[in-house]
Amino acid sequence: MHDDARVDELAITVIGHDRPGIIADVAEVLAGLGMNLTDSTMTRLRGHFAMTLICGGPGAEAGTPAIEDVEAALAPLTADGTLATTVRKVGPEGTPEPPGGHYVLSVHGADRLGIVASVARGLAEFGGNITDLTTRLSGDLYVLVAELDLPAGADVDAIGERLEAVSRALGVEVALRPAETDVL
Amino acid sequence: MTGVVDWSVEDLGRQGVVRPVVRAPAAVLSMAGEVVDPDDPAVLQLAADLVATMRVSPGCVGLAAPQVGVSAQVFAVDVTGHPKVRTVHGTFVLCNARLVEASQWQKGREGCMSVPDLTGDVKRAGRVVVAGELPGGGEIEITTNAFEARALQHEIDHCAGLLFLDRVAGAHAIHTRKVYL
Ligand SMILES: [Zn+2]
Repeated sequence: MHDDARVDELAITVIGHDRPGIIADVAEVLAGLGMNLTDSTMTRLRGHFAMTLICGGPGAEAGTPAIEDVEAALAPLTADGTLATTVRKVGPEGTPEPPGGHYVLSVHGADRLGIVASVARGLAEFGGNITDLTTRLSGDLYVLVAELDLPAGADVDAIGERLEAVSRALGVEVALRPAETDVL
Repeated sequence: MTGVVDWSVEDLGRQGVVRPVVRAPAAVLSMAGEVVDPDDPAVLQLAADLVATMRVSPGCVGLAAPQVGVSAQVFAVDVTGHPKVRTVHGTFVLCNARLVEASQWQKGREGCMSVPDLTGDVKRAGRVVVAGELPGGGEIEITTNAFEARALQHEIDHCAGLLFLDRVAGAHAIHTRKVYL
């Protein structure tokens, strides 16, 4: 069943060579189509421009613009081959289960294959959901910082032991601690 | 017992040697440092070396023994002239330092000579009481605040085998350093 009245959102990625004005160009294209740039994140990854955003359509009556129209409007940005964009429709997300706890995980050590895979798998086995992740390679030093939600009733000590085992196997340092939320 | 402001690196009577600063992921940075005898001649020399190395390193406001490859609870601090200071005790070295009181927690951005390309937002106490021993100068207690308090906590962490990376506030709290301070 397809519900045409439902307002889909568009998920857009823009990745490539950084230069001044990329965000201005993208935002103008979306504004021109009546799209609201709602949640977005942009950073530079090893110098590459990297942006991911979700935007909502102009309203239920008008509907979300066709993907082809958005792609056509973004085409001038990608014409010289230095930027790549993707556009796809995504349905609305439900409200997630309230987490049992919010934690910050730091991992650092000598760079080697499989750090993220091993750590993330260890968390996933306990139902830990990574909500934000940054990794950086700086010389020989590999750094991972993740924020994660643990399910209600999760055995935090067992997760800590699992991460300790992973860190020993990888020869890296691991610190897991509750995230602090200051409400001022 | 001398106060920390009366203590002077010159009183050690030793020429400090500038030592190479080790960078993460060196294992020594993640090991808890040994408790030291603050009157041991080797510790007095280490204290002089830490001050000498700190002084030749631009923007360096603190340096701990593990950062020069020595797994020991000794560090040098000097935040004089830094814009975020309030209380300043000048140049001093502490052995076997521990946090006695900590309050007024606040987030601030930190860098580290052993992690030269990254900075991180770390919550630290804005007011601390730190107990420790001056090299050749006995047991002391320092009450300080603001940036000097942050520097002390950062260096005490080094002596416990911790880096600011172990305490960053979240996934978006590490940054690639743009300017070398
Ligand atoms: Zn440091």
